[in-house]
Amino acid sequence: MYTVYTKQYDSPPVDRREILRYAGIRGEVSELEILLDDCLLETLNKLSYRVCFCQFPLREEGDALDLGFAVTESRDLKRHLAGCHHTVVFAATVGMELDRLIARYGYTSPLRALMLQAIGAERIEALCDRFCEELQEEMKERGWKIGSRFSPGYGDLPLETQSVLFQVLDCPRKIGLTLNASLLMSPSKSVTALMGVSNEK
Amino acid sequence: MKITEFLNDHILYLDGGMGTLLQERGLKPGELPERWNLTHPHVITDIHRAYYDAGSHVVNTNTFGANSLKFSSEELNSIVKSAIAHARRAGQESRGTQPKWVALDIGPTGRMLKPYGDFDFEEAVSVFAETVRLGVKYGADLIMIETMNDSYETKAALLAAKENCDLPVFVSNAYGEDGKLMTGADPGAMVAMLEGMGADVIGVNCSLGPKALVGVVRAYLKYASIPLLLKPNAGLPKAKDGQTVYDVLPEEFAKDVADLIREGVRAAGGCCGTTPEYIAATVRASAQTSPVAIEKKNLTCVSSYTHAVIFGDSPVLIGERINPTGKKRFKEALKAQDMDYILKEGISQEEKGVHVLDVNVGLPEIDEARMLERAVCELQAIMDLPLQIDTSDPVAMERALRRYNGKAMVNSVNGKQESMDAVFPLVKKYGGLVVALTLDEKGIPEKAEKRLEIARRILTAAEKYGIEKKDLIFDPLAMTISADGNAAKETLRAVKLIGTQLGCRTSLGVSNVSFGLPARDMVNGTFFAMALANGLSAAIMNPYSVEMMKTYFTYRALAGLDDNCADYIEFSSHAPQTVSGAVSEPVGILSAGEEYGSELQRAVIKGLKEQAAQLTQSMISAVDSLRIVSEEIIPALNQVGEGFERKTVYLPQLLMSAEAAKSAFEVIKSHLSGEKTTDKCAIVIATVKGDIHDIGKNIVKLILENYGFAVTDLGRDVPPEEIVRETLRLHAPLVGLSALMTTTVPAMEETIRRLRREAPFCKVMVGGAVLNREYADAIGADYYAKDAMESVRYAEQVNEGLNP
Repeated sequence: MYTVYTKQYDSPPVDRREILRYAGIRGEVSELEILLDDCLLETLNKLSYRVCFCQFPLREEGDALDLGFAVTESRDLKRHLAGCHHTVVFAATVGMELDRLIARYGYTSPLRALMLQAIGAERIEALCDRFCEELQEEMKERGWKIGSRFSPGYGDLPLETQSVLFQVLDCPRKIGLTLNASLLMSPSKSVTALMGVSNEK
Repeated sequence: MKITEFLNDHILYLDGGMGTLLQERGLKPGELPERWNLTHPHVITDIHRAYYDAGSHVVNTNTFGANSLKFSSEELNSIVKSAIAHARRAGQESRGTQPKWVALDIGPTGRMLKPYGDFDFEEAVSVFAETVRLGVKYGADLIMIETMNDSYETKAALLAAKENCDLPVFVSNAYGEDGKLMTGADPGAMVAMLEGMGADVIGVNCSLGPKALVGVVRAYLKYASIPLLLKPNAGLPKAKDGQTVYDVLPEEFAKDVADLIREGVRAAGGCCGTTPEYIAATVRASAQTSPVAIEKKNLTCVSSYTHAVIFGDSPVLIGERINPTGKKRFKEALKAQDMDYILKEGISQEEKGVHVLDVNVGLPEIDEARMLERAVCELQAIMDLPLQIDTSDPVAMERALRRYNGKAMVNSVNGKQESMDAVFPLVKKYGGLVVALTLDEKGIPEKAEKRLEIARRILTAAEKYGIEKKDLIFDPLAMTISADGNAAKETLRAVKLIGTQLGCRTSLGVSNVSFGLPARDMVNGTFFAMALANGLSAAIMNPYSVEMMKTYFTYRALAGLDDNCADYIEFSSHAPQTVSGAVSEPVGILSAGEEYGSELQRAVIKGLKEQAAQLTQSMISAVDSLRIVSEEIIPALNQVGEGFERKTVYLPQLLMSAEAAKSAFEVIKSHLSGEKTTDKCAIVIATVKGDIHDIGKNIVKLILENYGFAVTDLGRDVPPEEIVRETLRLHAPLVGLSALMTTTVPAMEETIRRLRREAPFCKVMVGGAVLNREYADAIGADYYAKDAMESVRYAEQVNEGLNP
């Protein structure tokens, strides 16, 4: 018996420098700060921060690794999960409205679309960080810790892993996240990843 | 007994969770539960029987994900057949004596519909249709469409059910904690759309426990005129001692659900985490409750993918600007299939505050049906206003209505038999609020009483098609007072008569009243005020008209529709500043020592949009506009572009300048109106098939346009054949292709191959994150542009090659 949990968060703190970095700006550009403020204001009530996740025990099966929902032969993933006894699989999204805003400004202001794109990139990372911090706190109580995130498509873990992951996490139903035929996620500002769980010492 | 009859005076009990029970019995992570109909028939039958034993009247077959996306057609056939047989057998074996029905369960496909996903609406309809037909074939008693969290997919499923069976259809949506579907719809929007399309029962399931769904349930009760179903989760799952438990226990669940039955819920069961125990408890807790009568709400409304707009006391503004009549620039845009122009017209009307957008793209030279469908799809993708589908062509009307994500306003029907026979069946099938013009075979009667008579006849005819009074809004036709001094008076009387005698809502195309007069705005504003005073509910109008907006805001304040006159005060603080006024300039934007060729050049370089437009406006009467382009705008753009290439200017700054330049060009364009502003070549650009990333492509387009190229943007996810077709049509010497994913590079390669074969005259430049020069060479492109400025350089080169 396994259970997929869902969480919904309030907006995590905004890292302005990071957004500007995603927008391709490497220095101080004062006139863009006003635009950034404006775009942040516009997205304020349009983003939702949802995560669904599930935990599985890990089991080695010869050369392969049983993830509890799939068996993988990815060497990079095995290395990533070395020394771990569980894995947490999660999917996170900031929702559809941002895609709509970006598409809308594609017609009227590519500049704004670019900035919103950058905001989305920063927001989804911030959401993942927030979720992982919280999970880390919970794990600590059991003397466990979580490792860093590893996503389908990294190293030799095939992108096709997305399909299995979506099936297991029931992403469309849990957080409104879907996968299209070319394995692209919609809403676009979304992340899926696996993390290892190991003992603290 | 038919289930719909039973519902008239009984509470209908539904079943509870299936997935959680299957997991307890060993369903593995990632395993498809529908397959258990074939591999574990007894488990499925046992679960159904336990629900019937607990008192459920209806059990849902184990077919939530049974569709042709997941299963081959043979397996799908066996799954649906066995699933219905299991439920049927469970009913026969159950000790329960209540009437029992079997619902064919249909859940979402898990795919996102276009344009934000890759799943086509018609494809979705046909996937659902296949499952529905199997359900009918194997004897399901009703269709249960459930856990839908996207309004558009819900529409596809309901349409499939309606087109493929006569069974009752129940439709249930999954709402988040914010009281909306994942893709944004609120309960009002869903009720409007689903009732309009003829669902028998609608409601809410999954996501949350009963207490958390109270708000959504009450919203349904407020809007719905048909029975409401409720299947909440047993709260949320919590981990407890290594076990999963749901945090709402059966007794609490039953009490909460029974409370909502007493508020008006007519059909109740449970979803994730609920078991037969929950259903038995719910039946016990509500045993003494008699069903609450369902009232007809008689709401006149339309909806978008997010919300409903209700026609009540507060006037509804319908933006009229998406209409080629009398607009040269709009006609050109339609002929060139320039969607940007149309979309921008929509966006700016929304910004002006209209509630509904009229969409009319009828022009003799174009394929109206195709264009209207496309305009509706593209508008609803980027804005959340309900649309009014405005066409006299029934084919165009149907195509647009079918793809519309909500309940549309339909413009229009009239008293001619032919019109009613064409329009009413469409409104009945797809839902809609139809504008009915009070004219008939004999034309528009002069007298208000005669127009009332036509309205009465239209009402009677609509009733025969099963269309209720609330879904008609009458337009008694404003005629110009320049031809007949009494024209306005008769129209106003007709507004009043239709309201008081028929109890119907009215709408007017206001601006007709002033045709042929000077300063039409003033006449329109006053006429609008008079019409509102006579009970008008809506106006098709020009939201750029200050007079009209003044009337709207003052009327609402005067009629007690604006709390504390807040909207009026807000409007008045902006209203007078229309075009004139000082150029606003951000403080400190000019740093010391910087020098610019002119004020306009400075505005472009600094990216000051409004200022660039205003300066151009002020120069245009004195300076030749082509000189403004070549001596002011282009040098400024070049300066920024060079900075970008030297990496002293960042991409967002380049875009700021490009947008400022564009606003200057807009001024020049409207000044020249129709005359050619450029002699540079045509360029076709597109993001290739399978790829939906278009930010980079849009940037390139903007910059190319700045430099005077005639860019035709085919959008994203564009099939090779369309790119070839347009390149041939325009005989474009340059095609720009963009791809952002490795998976879509093959589509780019295929496009290039076909261009080489069918349009050998054109050069192809490519760009996008996954490409580099070698890769571009390998797929046969002529040029790899690493950024927007490089694409301009190459385009200039191609252009010069044409005119040596």
